[in-house]
Parts: sequence; C-alpha cells; structure tokens
Amino acid sequence: MLSIKDLHAKIGDKNILNGLNLEVKKGEVHAIMGPNGSGKSTLANVLAGRDGYEIGKGTVSFEDQNLLELSPEERACAGLFLAFQYPVEIPGVNNIYLLKAGVNAIRKSRGEVELDAVEFLAVVREKIKLVKMKEGFMSRGVNEGFSGGEKKRNEIFQMAVLEPKLAILDETDSGLDIDALKIVAEGVNSLRNEERSIILVTHYQRLLNYIVPDHVHVLAGGRIIKSGGHELALQLEEEGYEQVMQEAAAA
Amino acid sequence: MSQAAIDHFLSEHARFQNDSTAWLNQQRQTAIDVVGENGFPSTRHEAWKYTDVRSLLKRNFSVADETSSATLSETQLNEVRYTGLACHELIFVNGHFSADLSSADLNSSGGNVCSLASANDENKALIETYINQFARSEKHGFAALNGAFVVDGGFIHVPANVEIELPIHLIFIANSADKSFITHPRNLIVLGDNAKATVIESYVGFDDAEYCTNTVTEIVTGQGSSLEHYKLQQESSKSFHIGYLHAVCKKDSRLDSHSISLGAALTRNDIDTTLAGSGSHVGLNGFYMTGGDQHIDNHTRVDHSVPNTTSDETYRGVLNGKSRAVFNGKVVVHKEAQKTDAQQSNANLLLSNNAEIDTKPELEIYADDVKCTHGATVGQLDENMLFYLRSRAIDESTARSLLTFAFAEEVIKKINLEPVRHRLEHKVAGRLPDASLITEFM
Repeated sequence: MLSIKDLHAKIGDKNILNGLNLEVKKGEVHAIMGPNGSGKSTLANVLAGRDGYEIGKGTVSFEDQNLLELSPEERACAGLFLAFQYPVEIPGVNNIYLLKAGVNAIRKSRGEVELDAVEFLAVVREKIKLVKMKEGFMSRGVNEGFSGGEKKRNEIFQMAVLEPKLAILDETDSGLDIDALKIVAEGVNSLRNEERSIILVTHYQRLLNYIVPDHVHVLAGGRIIKSGGHELALQLEEEGYEQVMQEAAAA
Repeated sequence: MSQAAIDHFLSEHARFQNDSTAWLNQQRQTAIDVVGENGFPSTRHEAWKYTDVRSLLKRNFSVADETSSATLSETQLNEVRYTGLACHELIFVNGHFSADLSSADLNSSGGNVCSLASANDENKALIETYINQFARSEKHGFAALNGAFVVDGGFIHVPANVEIELPIHLIFIANSADKSFITHPRNLIVLGDNAKATVIESYVGFDDAEYCTNTVTEIVTGQGSSLEHYKLQQESSKSFHIGYLHAVCKKDSRLDSHSISLGAALTRNDIDTTLAGSGSHVGLNGFYMTGGDQHIDNHTRVDHSVPNTTSDETYRGVLNGKSRAVFNGKVVVHKEAQKTDAQQSNANLLLSNNAEIDTKPELEIYADDVKCTHGATVGQLDENMLFYLRSRAIDESTARSLLTFAFAEEVIKKINLEPVRHRLEHKVAGRLPDASLITEFM
C-alpha cells in the first residue's frame, strides 16, 4: 500500500528526514513513536502534501502511484487521510458541506455517482455515532468553537465519512482526557479492517493500549532506528527513548 | 486645479431651475456659494490623499433632466428589487421620483414617507426643520454640490412610538441610455422618540454606463429609537459614486449601518456619526469587493460626545485585479465622554499581487476612562486553512473561493433581511472562481 524509500526532507537549511524507510501493507496498523523533534509530524505532513518542505532524495509510492507528484487533494482522492495534530478552525465554512464536497470529490475521482443531500445525511447520521458527537456540531463552521477534544473527535468522524485507504493520525491522542481518548480509540478501532491501513504517530504508548498496532517503529534523527511489535512500545515506556537511541548509535 | 469644475457647476447652477421644489431655493443658493468658495478636494487634502477625483471632475457632468430616462425593462427592475422582500418602495430614476414604479400607498407605512419633491406642506415644514441641520456640507465639497442641486430623494419621518414594520426601500436607478449625467439624491431620515424602522438605500446602474451619483443622507435618531440602515451600492462599472451619510444619535438610541459596495469605477463613502446622547450606540458594518481598476474609499468617523456611548465597527474588503481600496476609520472620544466603549476593525484580503489597500484606524481620545480597541489587517488566505480543505479532497481553486467567501460572509451574515443577504451572497460568490460549487455551501 505505502512504500517509503530513503526519504529525505528539509525545511530551509534544516534536515528533518534523513533516509526514512517504511513499508505499510494493506490492513496493517503501524505506530511511529519518537522524541520531540524526531520528524514525526514532518513525516505526516510530507505524506499529506503540505507545502514548505523540500523533498530531497527518496521515493514514496502509494498503491503504485508516485505520491510526491500528487497535490493534497489528489492524495485525498487517492485514499489518503491525515487527522491533524492541530485541526484549524474555519469560520464560515460549514462542517457538513465541506465533508459532502469532499466525499463527492472522492467519489467523482473514482467514477462513482455523487451522493445527494439525503443520502449524504444518512451517512453522517450513522458515522457520527462512532465518535459520540451531537449532530448540532455539524451545522457549525469547521471546528468553530470546538474544544480540543471535540476537534480530535471531529477528525475521526471525518475519517469515518471519507473512508480512506490509508489514515495517518498525527498525535490524535495529544490533549485528550482519558474518556475522550477511549472514544477516539473506539472510533478508530471500528474503522479498522483488512483493506484499510493506519499510521499512528504518537509520543506515548498510552494510545497503543487502546489501538493495538501490528508494528511499532522508533523514529529518531529523521530515520527509523528500530522496529518491532507492540512489545517495543512497552519497552519504550519502561526505558525511555534514550536506551534505544544509544543502542542504535552503537550498532 | 478644480477651478474648471467649479466654473462648470456655477454656470450649470445659474441655468438650474426646479419649480416643484422652489421652496428649497434658499438652501440651494447657500450651498452653491460654498461650492464656489471651497471647491472640491484634491489629493493634497489629508482626507482625500488616496482618492483622486480629477477624472470625475473633468467629465463636466450635467444634471439629468426629467424627460431623458428611457424605459426600464422588466429584467432591470427585477435586478433592483429583491424577490421575496416585502417593503415600501420609493423608486427614483436618474434622480427623479417615479410614482408609477413606486409603492402606491406610502401612507399605509405608519410614518410620513414621501419623496422630497412630492412633500405636502406638513412634510415640507419637517424637511425644512431638519435638512442641513447636521450635515457639515462646508467641509465636504461634494455634499455642498448635492445641496446646490438637490431636487429629490427620500423623506422618512417616523413619529414617536411608531414602528414601521416593513423596510422602506429607496431605490436610485441610473438609466443612462442616452447620455452621461450626475444625480444628487438627498435623503432625510428622522426617527421620533422610541420609533423603529429599517431603511435600505440601493444605488443601481447597468453595464458600463458612465454617470455620477452624488448622494447625501441625513439621519436623526430620537431618544430610545432604533434604525437599521442599509446602503447597497451596485453602480455600473464606469460610474462614479460619492456618498455622504451624517447621523446624530440621541439618548439611548441605536443606529446599525450596513454599507456594501460592489460596483462603480470610483467610490467614496463618508459616514459621519455623532453619539450625542448617553446610552446611544452605533454599529458600522461594511463590505467592499473590487476587481479590475476599481477604486473604493471608505471614510468613517464616530464622535463620542457624551458619557456612556458605544460603537462597534467592522469593515472587510476583498481586492482583486489592479484595484485599490482605502479605509480610514476615525473614532473621536471627547473630553466629557467617559465610559466610552469603542471597537473597530478593518480586515482586507488581497487576492492579487497588484491590488492595493491603504488602511488607517485613527483614535483620538480626550477622556481617561474609556475602552477602545482597533485593528487593521491585510493579508492573503490562510495557508493552514487552505491545506486543511485540500486534504479533505477540495481542489485548490474551490478551496480558495470558499475561504474568500467565508471571509466576506463574516460581515454579510449580519444583514438581517434574508432576501437581501441571499442576493448579496450570490453576487459575491458569483465573482469568485467555481461559483457554482461554493453556492452549495450557502
């Protein structure tokens, strides 16, 4: 599904990704963990197509397409979704119409018939239950006046409606209390299936108690220095990143 | 510099005659004397630094005579009326009241509503009491010019304790099928104590007709009264529009002004409000959208003259092409005006590298116990918002239009008259790429 080979990226003169390799197969959940400044959010943003990064060496292919050549909207149409670490508020752009336009843009690109208002509303009613949000939220501006937790739940709700092939969740657990974390995790788990892949970018192992990953990677200095199963996350919790980083340096 | 124009208008005035409003002759004479003495502003005047009116003055526009207007088509009339808006209409074509096109029974409104030229003796007395009482025509050459050539306009007097439920729509149509001209609409809106009304002034022209509208509106809101005022400017693409609105708000009264400018090659709006009674409030909302070579200048001034008054001003502009906009918002808090609460903001979106805005908030505060805030911003679309929308599969061009529309909507949504708001939303969206997609969002 996703194949990243020797990816280099920088902002200005600052190298952030330094030869990153990652293979994500259909239906797999990968967790990417790492200390602050290791390049986690850069990876998420580069995959989603945010401006401002200079891509040097390396390739990213997504379902046999060169992902780096696509615009953000083309990536979304191809089935990629980014749940933002800091979802922006956009007053004046209605949540529900944004999603309807998004769903229909994706359907159109696949050659499917667009949903009309009634069909779309039925989808919304069903999916909103996943994140236990009130329908009233939907008629507001995008994230307008939402609390931190509501914004994160809205990201997962959008994921549920847009039904991506690959979802990248950028620190979706940050700023959530334990109840909201459970709701978000349950929402994500219900969207897990054999066709859909998920990349969880996170600082803490806490989220991984609720969304159990197939693979865990440690990102440091812009490269993946260690990979393993869920037990690696538990080990990191125990020992911190320092130990793993020293091992990697010694190797 | 403006001497040629002064001479032109002086000689026009010598020939000028309007028998039906002979009772205004004295007013007109006083005003033309001011024109002769002070002339017109140039860019050497601070308040006109960015707006050069030479292109207007050199055109030597003449006053339109009553017989020159060609018939208006059904389409043109639909363009100026708002479908679904129940209202009392006073329609003026080329500056002259058209009884045929206007609402038949204006007296049913509950107030004294008529055109200046058709005022009965009782209304004439009221008009003479109020006209020129407040508007400082001596400081504004075009307001003086309006006074010198005043022939018609809307007169609205709402007696004490009366609420006029339906909006009163003053529609000024320029129909210059034959030749270019200048009109001088003069409106007077007087609210008695505890009265309430909504007044819309629409200025409409068609295609690329060349003419000038030079309008003056005077407003007095009596104690405890409330006026919602709309000025909707959709003049033709080659026209000039000069507007001066002067308002005095008495104790506990409230004026909400909405000024929307979409048309004209050159626009200058002056709004001058005095909060003269404690507990009075003025809200100033403005929106302008320009493209091509359009030029629009909004000057507003709020005088807080007494304690405990409030003002709240929001102006927003969207500039495209090589257009230029000017915003100058002056708030004066006089020495006695303690406990003033004044807020002001002006935000501008530049969609093109060649568009230009000069924005200047001015606060003059002579009292010491006041709360005043102001801010001006000039910018492009927010990159984070743009990326967010695109990451949700919205293509870049649609995302840009959506964000531009959302920016405008923050001001337009304050328009309480649904049919008017709806039409303006579609007008604004219609000027953006992918209009059909974003109108789905409304």
